[in-house]
Amino acid sequence: MQTALRTSLSETELASRSNFAPHARVVREERPVHTSGLPLSIRGLRKSFGDNEVLRGIDLHIPAGQFVAIVGKSGCGKSTLLRLIAGLEKIDAGSISFGQDIQPEDIRVMFQEPRLLPWARVLANVEVGLGRDRASKDAHARAEKALTEVGLADKRDQWPSLLSGGQKQRVALARALVSRPRVLAFDEPLGALDALTRISMQRLLERVWRDQGFTAILVTHDVSEAVALADRVLVIEDGRIAHDVVVNAGRPRQRGSAELAGLEGSILSHLLSADDRT
Amino acid sequence: MSLIDSISLPRSIRLPRVDGLIQWILPLAVIAIWQIACVTGFVPTRVLPAPSDVALAGWKLLLSGELVRNIWVSFWRASVGFLIGGSIGFAFGLANGLSQLSAKLTDTTLQMVRNVPHLALIPLVILWFGIDESAKLFLVALGVFFPIYLNTLHGIRTVDPQLIEMGRIYGMTDGELFRRVIFPGALPSIFVGIRFALGIMWLTLIVAETIAASSGLGYMAMQAREFMLIDVVVLSILIYALLGKLADSASRLLERATLAWHPAFQKR
Ligand SMILES: Nc1ncnc2c1ncn2[C@@H]1O[C@H](COP(=O)(O)OP(=O)(O)OP(=O)(O)O)[C@@H](O)[C@H]1O
Ligand SMILES: [Mg+2]
Repeated sequence: MQTALRTSLSETELASRSNFAPHARVVREERPVHTSGLPLSIRGLRKSFGDNEVLRGIDLHIPAGQFVAIVGKSGCGKSTLLRLIAGLEKIDAGSISFGQDIQPEDIRVMFQEPRLLPWARVLANVEVGLGRDRASKDAHARAEKALTEVGLADKRDQWPSLLSGGQKQRVALARALVSRPRVLAFDEPLGALDALTRISMQRLLERVWRDQGFTAILVTHDVSEAVALADRVLVIEDGRIAHDVVVNAGRPRQRGSAELAGLEGSILSHLLSADDRT
Repeated sequence: MSLIDSISLPRSIRLPRVDGLIQWILPLAVIAIWQIACVTGFVPTRVLPAPSDVALAGWKLLLSGELVRNIWVSFWRASVGFLIGGSIGFAFGLANGLSQLSAKLTDTTLQMVRNVPHLALIPLVILWFGIDESAKLFLVALGVFFPIYLNTLHGIRTVDPQLIEMGRIYGMTDGELFRRVIFPGALPSIFVGIRFALGIMWLTLIVAETIAASSGLGYMAMQAREFMLIDVVVLSILIYALLGKLADSASRLLERATLAWHPAFQKR
């Protein structure tokens, strides 16, 4: 077990290095045809909080429009990686590049908490997502369109406190989508939802991603969610990417298929064996 | 949603009307019992005049114009003192809530001053200002300052940092962040401060006017005491109570209008 893991580790390390060759694509499966997404290259990324070295050299290439899931045990630095990508933390060493100059509106983050303004009605909350275009004439229309996309057009004049958890999260999604971001980062966006709402939200995420073609980076602690949504699942261990697993299943994904279940099992065993070693 | 609507509709139509009546039942009953007690001689009118006598005294003072003048003077002192003390308290609360430097510079000093009961300053204030208007305004402003300062500061410091981060992520400028996130977030706490301050405002004014004034409700009560006009004394006390209630209602109304988003103020 030990030796097997070591080899798989070095293999994936090699694989992730080779990803840096331009146009080398690990994932050969269907992706949104017209991708608006940005590619993402991370090299030698390091981050410490005081003495706590959280990320110890992340190397990663994400092609434009790919849906990547990041899993790993609690405290391994998933959120930190996401916050670095979104520019919410300072990089200690290494680099993150999107292959071109980007606008703030190009990258959006969605958290486990919806973070809606309780004193603004639903539509106004979505308009916040327009960034500098907030004051533009078509702000209302764009926000309404985004609300329609998440199926909440009829709630536009509601106060957030009167929405259910799932509805709040859909408003947060509309706010993230309204500026047509090219990279969308999710930090356990469905973590606080019940099982049924989770599944319908997963379908919604997959649908908007297929419609809009942004590059999606999803941090989750739910491995079945990772394989159900992502083209590729990264396992973080000891501050590095320990496994890089390709999910080659057709879309829309068939939940509970043997193929996905098998992948889920092997990723889980990676996670568990890492846990045993510590 | 449809479920909530269907429950809340009939209630929200009925409740306020019944509510509006219910709260007056007790005061009216007290006045009725009071009147009966006085008329039957159970309570000697030397101790407590009957409500009808108080009303009569009020009517006379109203006709002479004295009542309106004194109420106006007290109202003016209360509101100007409140505005001055409240704005300074609000300004310090904002500054210290938003800027570490400002907080380090002034917060400790303000906390020390807070521990001096402001009414203890009356002798000093009389020495400084005499029984001038400025003496009363100073005391009211000082009394009002602290609840507003403390609650504004608390409100701003406890705004959800995740919302502030959200605002920054979505590219809000500092001004927008204040207007759309920090200030609305601090508002419930600021209103708590305002309600506290209104209570302190009346208390301070009553004390100041009874001790050092030549006009106003407190002065009217003290004059009446000199001439043993107990009905006017009771009248002044009742008017203070009424004005206090009025101020509280006004702040509640304002609260209701500005905090419509707050779960506590949504119709259920
Ligand atoms: N702002 C911070 N200051 C200090 N330490 C931090 C900070 N943010 C994160 N850490 C530390 O970095 C480590 C990784 O945190 P991170 O939130 O990235 O983990 P995670 O993988 O997202 O965990 P979880 O699955 O529980 O959300 C933890 O040990 C945490 O204590
Ligand atoms: Mg996390």
